[in-house]
Order: sequence, then C-alpha cells, then structure tokens
Amino acid sequence: MELKKTAAAGTMESGDILITIEPRTEGGVTLELSSSVLQQYGRQIEAVIRETLAGLEIPHAAVRAVDKGALDCTVRARVSAAACRAAERENETWEAK
Amino acid sequence: MTDELLRTIPHLDEIAHRGPFAGTPAKHTENFRERSARENKLLPSLEDAIRATGLTDGMTISFHHHFRNGDHVVNRVVDTLAKMGFKNLTLAASSLAAVHAPLIEHIKNGVITHIETSGLRGELAEQISRGLMDFPIVFRSHGGRAAAIRSGELHIDVAFLGAPSCDPYGNANGYSREEGGTIACGSMGYARTDAKYADKVVILTNRLVQYPNAPWAIPEYDVDYIVVEEDIGDPKGIMSGATRYTKNPKELLIAQTAAQVIDAAGYLYDGFSMQMGSGGASLATARFIRQMMLDKSIRCRFALGGITGQITAMHEEGLIDRVLDVQSFDLDAARSLKHNRFHHQIGATYYASFLSPAAVDQLDFVVLSALEIDTDFNVNVLTGSDGVIRGAVGGHPDTAAGASLSVVVAPLTRGRIPSVIDRVNTIVTPGSTVDVVVTDQGVAVNPRRPEVAEKLRRAGIHVCTIAQLKDKAEALVGRPDPIRYQDRVVGVVMYRNNTVIDVIRQIDED
Repeated sequence: MELKKTAAAGTMESGDILITIEPRTEGGVTLELSSSVLQQYGRQIEAVIRETLAGLEIPHAAVRAVDKGALDCTVRARVSAAACRAAERENETWEAK
Repeated sequence: MTDELLRTIPHLDEIAHRGPFAGTPAKHTENFRERSARENKLLPSLEDAIRATGLTDGMTISFHHHFRNGDHVVNRVVDTLAKMGFKNLTLAASSLAAVHAPLIEHIKNGVITHIETSGLRGELAEQISRGLMDFPIVFRSHGGRAAAIRSGELHIDVAFLGAPSCDPYGNANGYSREEGGTIACGSMGYARTDAKYADKVVILTNRLVQYPNAPWAIPEYDVDYIVVEEDIGDPKGIMSGATRYTKNPKELLIAQTAAQVIDAAGYLYDGFSMQMGSGGASLATARFIRQMMLDKSIRCRFALGGITGQITAMHEEGLIDRVLDVQSFDLDAARSLKHNRFHHQIGATYYASFLSPAAVDQLDFVVLSALEIDTDFNVNVLTGSDGVIRGAVGGHPDTAAGASLSVVVAPLTRGRIPSVIDRVNTIVTPGSTVDVVVTDQGVAVNPRRPEVAEKLRRAGIHVCTIAQLKDKAEALVGRPDPIRYQDRVVGVVMYRNNTVIDVIRQIDED
C-alpha cells in the first residue's frame, strides 16, 4: 500500500486508540507511542501496530499512537483505517479475520 | 482519721489507699454558666495548644479521616508545626486523601519523616511510590490500627482531632443536635481510638456549644485542650449529598449476581447481618438485597461499617433493626445517625479489632470491591495496575476475616486492565479469608468452601474456577507485562494482627 498523505483514525476515548500515519520513503516504521497502560501493554501494542503495517505492505511510515487501553482488535482496525485513508483508498473491502 | 488510727487496720498494706482523709478542696459557688466560661479546656490558638501538649521532635501525632477529601485539619496542624520548627515527627492518620498533597513539602523539609495510614491517594501517593520518603509508609486496616494503638505497638503522643461540635470541656461529636448549623461528618468512630489512647488530645472545632454536648463521640475525660478554628473542613469534600446509585449495566449485573450468591449460599434469612463496602457494585448489591428481603418478608438484625444512605433508607423502612456506624459515607447517613435512635455510633475497636470479639465477627456476609484478585483469591485494594499507591486498606481484611461469607465483586476487566490475574501486586486481604469472587463474566468460589459452590450450582448459578476467570480475562485483553519495580521498599502492609503481609516497592520508570 502506498501512502500519499498524513491521515488519522480513532479517538481519544477510553478503550480506543488514535493512530496518525505520515508517509515516509525510507527509514522503516518509526513509532511514537503513549499509552495509559504502557508498562503492561506497550510492547504488545507496538507489536500489533508493526504487524498490521507489515501485513498492509507499508515498509516506511511515521506513526503516532495515543492509546487509551484499546484491545488488540481495536488497534488493528484503527491502524488499517488510518493507513487506507493515508493511501487515499476508498471503497476498501474489509475482511473479518 | 489519723495516721495512728489508720495503722490499726488489719491487712492495710493490701488495701489500696491514699492515706487518711484530709479534707476537701474549696467548693465552687459561681453558677454553672460562669464556671464554663472561666474554667475550661479552651486555648486561644493552635500554637498555644501545641505548646501545652509538650510535643517534642521525634514524637507521633495522629489525625482521623472523617472529613475525607474535605479535611483542613491535617494541613493546618502540620503547617503550624513546621512554622514552630518541629522536626522528625511521625504522622499516624486513620487515612489520608488527595487533599493532603501539601504534606510533600513537609516531608522534604524534614517535619514529617514517617507516615502510618490506611490509605494514600493523589500526588502524595504518586511521589511516595516514586521514593519520596526514606522510611516506608506503614499501612494498617481500620481494625489493625485500633488494635495496634490499644496494644501500644502504635503509640500516639498527641492526637489532633477535628470535631464539628464540642463543648468547653471536650465532649466532641461529628454533628450537633444544637440549634444552628455546623458541618457534619456523622460518625467519628476512628477518632475515638485516638482520643482514648493518645497521651494528649487536642480538639479543633468550628462550633463551640454549651456543656454537655450530648450525644458525644468523644467524652471530655479523653480531651486535654480545645481550639476553636473557623475552618476545619470543606463540607463539599467531607460528603457527597447522597451516594449515587450506579447505572453502569456491568456493575448492576455484578450486584444482582452477588445478591443471588448470598441468597443461594443461605445467608439471607430472617435476622441476618451484613456490611456493604464502598464502590458502585457493592453499593448496588444493597438494592437487590432489599428487594429479596421484601419478597421473603425478612429483616436484617444489623448493618455494619461505613454506612450509606441506602442502608439508612432500609433502616427507616423497617428492614434493618440496628445500624452500627463507624464512618458515615454520605449526608443521608449522617442525618440518620443524628435522628434515628437505633443508628448507633461505634469506635474502631468495637468495629474490627482482632484483640477481642468485634462487630465484624458477627457478620453473615460482606460485599467488598477489589482492584485485583489473584488465582489464590488474594485481594489488592491499595496499589493500581501501574504499581502506584492509590487506595486504602480500610476495613477490607477485617470484614473479610470476620464475615461468614465474604463476597468480592469486580468487573473482569477495567478498560484493558484485567482484574483477575496470576498474582496481585499487593496482598491486602489474604485469599484464605475470601469466599466468593463475583465478576460480570462469572462467579468463582474458593475451593476452601465446596459446600458454597454446591449450593450455588443447585440454585442455577454458573460457577467456574478462579483460573477460568483469569483465562477469560487474558483472552480478552492479553497477558499484561509485569510492572517494573526497584528493590527499595516504600510501603509495608500490616495484616490486622500486625504481622507483615506484603511490601510495596518503588516503581521503576523510564
């Protein structure tokens, strides 16, 4: 997936995560993560974000994530939505896994 | 009687006496009103009272927490002690709240070097968790504190006790039946222990009333000095108007299940006894218990503990015969204590001390909240999921040990944080005193109580193991990484019999 602009998905509500993705052409995926559960789940949140981006074939991006205790499924959904918006892809067919 | 005559008494050395009668002091002749104005325990200022107590560096001062987050006494007194140059004091409060953040400065400047309390919250708790104090905080339950004070393991040199009403001789109370208003905190149960056992007792009151201030929480013979202060507490912080009834469907489900569990276990019969802890779900349980009582036409002999308007409403309805109140949680409870003759104020020793049979030992059941419960049924109510102190021991371990059925209620997860885990971060209440855990996603019974599990099953309640609850939580939110701590101990948790049950370590941050 090719990123064209900066885009975001999610909210700052409890149980959600706000993901902002900025296109990059090199340098891999950089992640700036803040979380209300950083100590207990920071590692897992980062892993899910990186896996989701890898699955979407996005090798380079600057990602900012503000987490308010989102579950893994929510993190995956917000990252995917932000990436699709950043890639200006509409009419995406979402698959349930 | 002469000395000579005295010596003729056989066994004189075995009869306790103070020599022969030698006359009486001159009698008062002025009237009672004049005498109250002239001879009393009033001192013009807090500074005078502090000097009169003989307080010196290194001593222990104490406070009660009946003004909760509206308390102005602790900060006022410690500010004054700092200005007067005192150092190295131990502060032994029945509990501390977020309003006590100014103590941080007095810890840094060496006025307070040790703290004993039931709970800590807010900025003070945050900083202590990050290593503010060299001497670890000693945490005690309400019953444990009462026992330690009575046994002398916690010796109080001077108690500074805020009282919403007091007469010139020291009869003090948490409300007033006099005309005209005062702030009200209801019961002053925890303060009674301090007043009885402290070497010197100073009452700070905003409302001086005529002798005798009946009824009183603290009798005049336990009081040495009285200071009138305009502001001892903020009514808004002392009490909410009424404890709100939760609308959270998760909490209502937990509450309903808890009530069904109590009924199925056989503890809802005519003449039962109960205590409801604070917290949405445990308070809501009272509502469901009430309906069951009406359906079965049964009454409760007594309700104990921190008392709320929900309990006093049931008392006024005739559903609860007696209310034993060590701490009034809201204005409705305080009002009931003032007006209802069978709503009775009790002290911390009577409530929960392990040294003698206490009211908690007569409980059929208690419903208690929890931050964390582990697969051994241990409960934490003191440290948050990030390892920072943000709660209070309260009467949790006392009532869990005393009640025939202790029911711990909690949502299975709070946001992403699971409540049922492998090991609680801080053991406050040992699992050997916890009988049933009720969550929104299942009920677990301590294997120690197979007969309870069997009764619940027969009543159609789905019972699972505590390990199954833990697995369910993990499947939902994932397995949390452990909190990182440093080696340094910042808090020691005493069980109610003054044995060390756990420690709290300084958190480790990036």
